[in-house]
Amino acid sequence: MHTGCLRMGEHTDEALVRRARAGDRAAFTLLIERHYERIYRVGARVLNDVAAAEDLAQEVCVGLVTRLASYRGASRFTTWLHRVVVNAALDAMRRDGARQRNEREFAERAALARADQVAGAEQSAWLRRTLRRLPETLRVTVVLVLEEGLPHAEAGVVLGVSEATVSWRMHQARKHLRALATADKEMVS
Amino acid sequence: MSDELERLASALRATTPRPAMAARARAVAAATAAFDRRHQGIREAARHKGQVSPNSASRLTSWVRRCTVPMSRPALALTGAAFLIVAGVVLRQLLLAPAAFSPGLPPVERPASADSSAALPPGASTSPLRVEPALPPTEVSPPPDMKRIREAEVAAVMERIASQRREESLPLAVMTEPQPVAEPARPDQGRDRFSHVDPNPVKVTAEEPVSTFSIDVGTAAYRFTRAALHDGVLPRQEAVRVEELINYFPYDYAPPDSRETPFAAHVSLMPAPWNAANRLMHVGIQGYVGDRRAAARANLVFLIDTSGSMDEADKLPLLIDSFKLLLSVLAPEDTVAIVTYAGRAGLALAPTRVAERGKIAASLEHLDAVGSTAGAEGIRQAYLLAEQHFVADGVNRVILATDGDFNVGIRDPAELESYIARKRDGGVFLSVLGFGMGDDNDDLMQRLAQNGNGSAAYVGSLSETRKVLVEEAAATLFPIAKDVKIQVEFNPALVSEYRLIGYETRMLGREDFRNDQVDAGEIGVGHTATAIYELTPAEPGTDFADEYAYLKIRYKLPDGDTSTEIVRAVTPADGFESVDAAPREARFAAAVAAFGQLLRGGRYSADFSYDDVMALAQKARGEDPFGYRSEFIGLVRLARSAAAMAPLPR
Repeated sequence: MHTGCLRMGEHTDEALVRRARAGDRAAFTLLIERHYERIYRVGARVLNDVAAAEDLAQEVCVGLVTRLASYRGASRFTTWLHRVVVNAALDAMRRDGARQRNEREFAERAALARADQVAGAEQSAWLRRTLRRLPETLRVTVVLVLEEGLPHAEAGVVLGVSEATVSWRMHQARKHLRALATADKEMVS
Repeated sequence: MSDELERLASALRATTPRPAMAARARAVAAATAAFDRRHQGIREAARHKGQVSPNSASRLTSWVRRCTVPMSRPALALTGAAFLIVAGVVLRQLLLAPAAFSPGLPPVERPASADSSAALPPGASTSPLRVEPALPPTEVSPPPDMKRIREAEVAAVMERIASQRREESLPLAVMTEPQPVAEPARPDQGRDRFSHVDPNPVKVTAEEPVSTFSIDVGTAAYRFTRAALHDGVLPRQEAVRVEELINYFPYDYAPPDSRETPFAAHVSLMPAPWNAANRLMHVGIQGYVGDRRAAARANLVFLIDTSGSMDEADKLPLLIDSFKLLLSVLAPEDTVAIVTYAGRAGLALAPTRVAERGKIAASLEHLDAVGSTAGAEGIRQAYLLAEQHFVADGVNRVILATDGDFNVGIRDPAELESYIARKRDGGVFLSVLGFGMGDDNDDLMQRLAQNGNGSAAYVGSLSETRKVLVEEAAATLFPIAKDVKIQVEFNPALVSEYRLIGYETRMLGREDFRNDQVDAGEIGVGHTATAIYELTPAEPGTDFADEYAYLKIRYKLPDGDTSTEIVRAVTPADGFESVDAAPREARFAAAVAAFGQLLRGGRYSADFSYDDVMALAQKARGEDPFGYRSEFIGLVRLARSAAAMAPLPR
């Protein structure tokens, strides 16, 4: 409609980053709004906890104010952002003490209970349990590839590993899942 | 056999986590605020060029003048909230066709997403405010985007409204008799009941040198205020308890060294941000920060309202989740029982050790919301249970979770209060958690908790619960001192008048201070309490006394019957030349106090504006690890918009 408008979809992320870095507040806000859901989603999956993901997403958004300066444009913005979020989530998990873990478990259970009321109760319960039991590196990789739909090569850029490593990890994840499924069956019988 | 990865992928797709609107709005607001802080220096430098002094009134200090600059800043901070964008559209139409404007005019189109420019009227492109060049943005030549321009328009309209208000309220100096100021509408908020309390008045030191009050630890008013502002309306004035707003925030005061002195008192004096001729006396009290495990066993009875009105997503389900969260901070040997009330009260779970968490969680899951409320009967049963399992020198507490009225059973609130007070003397305390905004019965909740030596909190979301129950559980469940009273005796030689900000419902008589029979608030492990006085210095006389005041704190140990008293002189050594030089925590508390006073009608805050509050709070934000202070700044923005959006005075 208007050539100069700052509208969703009309500006590339990269352009918004440039403007935000130059002090354009509207561009920055738009960038955050555009990607909040992604930030939250990745955080929720990696942390396996929706309550903690809210805090994490806010932390990441606030952190972007300064961190944008380090975006060199070498990769797509979303690739770079994925890396920022994944690192923040892993950091958050590491600095978590026993108390938070405990608390998280309950928040998780609470969220789980709520999700159960909606639909696919069994599925979401299974998913949570499965994600929790996957080793950290595999979980992150799985989230990027399956949930975020990144090609192996791009996931590799996010994680700072080669494409082959991502493929290998996905293979590992499959083996893990199979082992978990077998273990579950044995427990039942 | 189907591929495990496929199963995982489809499970992920089926359960994609969706962020909550409020969390998203908070994050965007916090990030935008951070962005502003980073770029403020550059912006202001640019803006100062050719700027007209906003107000020539001589009593504005240079500090205040500096703070009025952000008034012209874009007002759309919380761009995530759709109503603000609607506001932009409405205000825009107001600008284009003022004759067509009536206060009740609904927005013509409601943009479905943040991409609201589609909802602009066709005439938008002819707006004279539009600037064309497609150059990279700098401050001097604004970027050619509609959003920004609309912000400028909104800001201009808001500025106009605000300056109108300023003109009207200019003669209103601090400490003069209040005049009716045109008040923005505060829509009726359902059945919520608040007792009407006038702000604490100015006292003349020579006539009444002593001020006494009880420590307040409730924070329900902050949550109520926040909920209202998120709905885009100003909270009703009487719902705003300034002391609860101030005490919602954790403050970083130095703690006492040992448990023997349960708290440390910090006092500072600084110029009042809204009136440089006056001083603010900030009193910060920090409870002992110790290992709560040192505290004894907890015997808790959850008293849960399961009446029909609780059957809403933000009530019973949230309450159940909240209590599960609370279980996580309890020790395995603590016990929990559950009593429900709806129609008639019932025992849902006999006292059970927290070690059997699954059993407790299961019985929480089985609660259903049906029937009418029999609150009083439930309370009786809960107390009975708590008494039967009383833990000597432990924590014995009933935690009442409800959305409102106790209209069955004991009909007289006073009778209920005195019942709770008697139980308190027997060693069983009461905390109240309010759920769901519409039926919040703040006043009754407050009084019940007050009489039960507990705090009342309003809970709106699970992350909120985390703060109330998990972070504050240690403090509310494990008190280190009770009946904490504060008395300040001012020196008429140095202080001619004083006014306590907030604490209206917590005032005590002068003689109550030493009367150990008079009940007062309690302080828990790691708790802080903050109070602020505004002082008018006396004309310099011949008297060389140099104590402004004496601060006395009187308290009992949790299991004690007799009080101990701490006395501290407030001297010029506690004073700071300027607001900026004052301790950060005191400055932030002052910002919250100013905000609360503005929401209460601004009777005592002169022409201090929401922008001034934001500037003051922003500078005092500190590390803010949990984002509470950033959230506060976002709230002030919302209040500014809500105030500007209210119908113009006729």
